Amino acid sequence: MRARTTQSWPTDERLIAAERAAAAGPAWLAETRRQGLRIFRDAGVPHAKIEAWKYTGVNGLVGIGFDPHAPAPEVRIPPPPLAGLEDAYRVVFVNGRFAPLLSELDGLAEGVAVVPLTTAAADPPEAVRAHLGRVLDLDGMPFAALNAAFWTEGCLVTLDDGCTLSRPIHLVSIAAGGDAPTMFAPRTLVVFGRGARATIVESHLGTDGAPTFSNAVSEVVAAEGAVVEHYKQVQGCEADFHVGASAVSLGAGASYDGFALTLGGRLVRNETRVTLASPGAECRINGAYAAFGDSHVDNTTLIDHVAAGATSRETFMGVVGDSARGVFQGKTLVRAHAQKTDGHMLHKALLLSSGAEVDAKPELEIYADDVKCSHGATAGKLDETMLFYLLSRGIPRGQARRLLIEAFLAGALDEIRHANVREALRGALMKSIGDATRDLGCD
Amino acid sequence: MALLEIEGLRARVEGKEILKGVDLRVEAGAVHAVMGPNGSGKSTLAHVIAGRPGYEVTDGSITFDGRDLLSLGADERARAGVFLAFQYPVEIPGVTNTTFLRHALNAQRAERGEPTLDPIEFVRMLRDKMRSLGVTEELLKRPVNVGFSGGEKKRNEILQMAVLEPRLAVLDETDSGLDIDALKVVADGVNALRSPARGMLLITHYQRVLSYVVPDHVHVFAGGVIVASGDKDLARELEEKGYADFAAADAA
Ligand SMILES: Nc1ncnc2c1ncn2[C@@H]1O[C@H](COP(=O)(O)OP(=O)(O)OP(=O)(O)O)[C@@H](O)[C@H]1O
Ligand SMILES: [Mg+2]
Repeated sequence: MRARTTQSWPTDERLIAAERAAAAGPAWLAETRRQGLRIFRDAGVPHAKIEAWKYTGVNGLVGIGFDPHAPAPEVRIPPPPLAGLEDAYRVVFVNGRFAPLLSELDGLAEGVAVVPLTTAAADPPEAVRAHLGRVLDLDGMPFAALNAAFWTEGCLVTLDDGCTLSRPIHLVSIAAGGDAPTMFAPRTLVVFGRGARATIVESHLGTDGAPTFSNAVSEVVAAEGAVVEHYKQVQGCEADFHVGASAVSLGAGASYDGFALTLGGRLVRNETRVTLASPGAECRINGAYAAFGDSHVDNTTLIDHVAAGATSRETFMGVVGDSARGVFQGKTLVRAHAQKTDGHMLHKALLLSSGAEVDAKPELEIYADDVKCSHGATAGKLDETMLFYLLSRGIPRGQARRLLIEAFLAGALDEIRHANVREALRGALMKSIGDATRDLGCD
Repeated sequence: MALLEIEGLRARVEGKEILKGVDLRVEAGAVHAVMGPNGSGKSTLAHVIAGRPGYEVTDGSITFDGRDLLSLGADERARAGVFLAFQYPVEIPGVTNTTFLRHALNAQRAERGEPTLDPIEFVRMLRDKMRSLGVTEELLKRPVNVGFSGGEKKRNEILQMAVLEPRLAVLDETDSGLDIDALKVVADGVNALRSPARGMLLITHYQRVLSYVVPDHVHVFAGGVIVASGDKDLARELEEKGYADFAAADAA
């Protein structure tokens, strides 16, 4: 059944063009693109009656009529690296296009490959054919399906068995607003060999200009015993939309430390799906967000415990001011065979104004009987007594609020295992809330 | 004009009148002790001076250094030189004691047009003050007051006072809950800050602290007003006789 409504976006013309483009590519790739198109066409643009999109409406996005072919303004100066991550390898994309001049991959360690996905797809290594589009189940992911159909460029990172990368890889996607609204579909595939270790940081940034829509998909495959650190920063401008899906598949004994920090954007949805299909894997998905103005930030996660004896930890914390809105939908699914699962989930929100809103839906769905699982959600205001204590020492109100907000979000940021990334993201957070011109979204 | 002048101050909390016409002058260089029964409104007076929200001043005035204190926000009062050592210091998880102190000092230095201190300069300055107050490095790295013992919290208040060097210090039962050694340390800290330019208001239940920090004036606070004032001997008299006589005087 077709659920597409009156609003036809992307236009049929665009969808047909995508179909034609798909047919021109290699057969295996054409198939994944066609599948994406099919799923998107069947599902259509999500609306409030679909449970997973109940709290996050996309009418505003659809109404803008983003076009994948709008010309992108040139970006000549690379964005400043995150303070503390200057040593990272950098791969920069501008509106989805690889920007080699802004990138820095010198001295890449043995056993690691970082290549544009199109280059890889033309002569695909085993890793690409085996995993591209295979980690993420597109069911119920209409935007990811659209990404599968439309992506034009992306990044492939592969790590050989046993390879340890000491410097992080920083994937920077810049949404450069031009004269007309533009959309693009970044695509990332990271494949960790057995026991490989690396830190991947994704930054999705915006520049001023017409609205942009970054519809991203990242897939991460970790073989047995791999140690994955995968962090994401989303900091768009007021007119920027970001819908990103991350799918993670963990082998036996592999560990995943994930974090999503959202600091700006008109609408941001970070959707993460982790499958714990092998015993003894460890998954940590944490995140923090600060939403002001009329920004809408949605973190939606699914942790799927398939195998026994895996652990999962999830902590999201958000600060919401002005008339912004935060959404948290966390689901931990423990399947019948996943005995001895140890899973905990928590969402905490701080509401700074009466116009701010948070919808939190932590869910446990458990089919095994010998598990240790918990979930919780709290929402509260800034503590007046603490605020007064700070004021009584002469700290100006705005600064006092910032200190308390930082202290609150630190509860989530402290979960980031990689010390430099933790401090880098903390710095980005402080800078961002320091820049907030309004009195920090308070009444 | 005195450093602090309180005239006919009336204040309500949750619609209930607690301060019922307080008159008090604290001159620069003087230490005033305020003693009085539980619930008489001593902390309320301290909070009204510091500018805590929720206290409604219905009448009277507070002038500090010639300025109308009541027209200033709590942070502005602090930067003008008013300091309150809390009876119940507040715990702030996630903000380290050092960060807290540095922000406070730098906000006050900025107000005075002095350059702010970077973390290294700040810690150097802090070390000396800590040592004399027996505050450990470990305590500075911990979140503000979180898990501090009662005595540690009180020392921490005095450390803040020593760092901020206020013109008016209101100490609300800073001596309560301290063992003898800690009491001496805190009293020494207070005495070290006595200066011709500084005024102090010492709220206490015990004569004991007043033998270490000898006050210039002692006031008896009961039923939301000052019912008697005198010199240090008044404190001794109170210790012997209790508040009964004064409370009676108040009721009359
Ligand atoms: N927020 C509040 N809501 C209601 N009543 C309050 C509030 N704050 C203070 N009070 C009341 O005001 C009165 C005075 O309280 P205050 O704390 O000023 O007394 P105090 O003299 O400091 O007492 P103590 O010696 O026990 O510290 C008490 O009856 C108290 O219950
Ligand atoms: Mg009191």
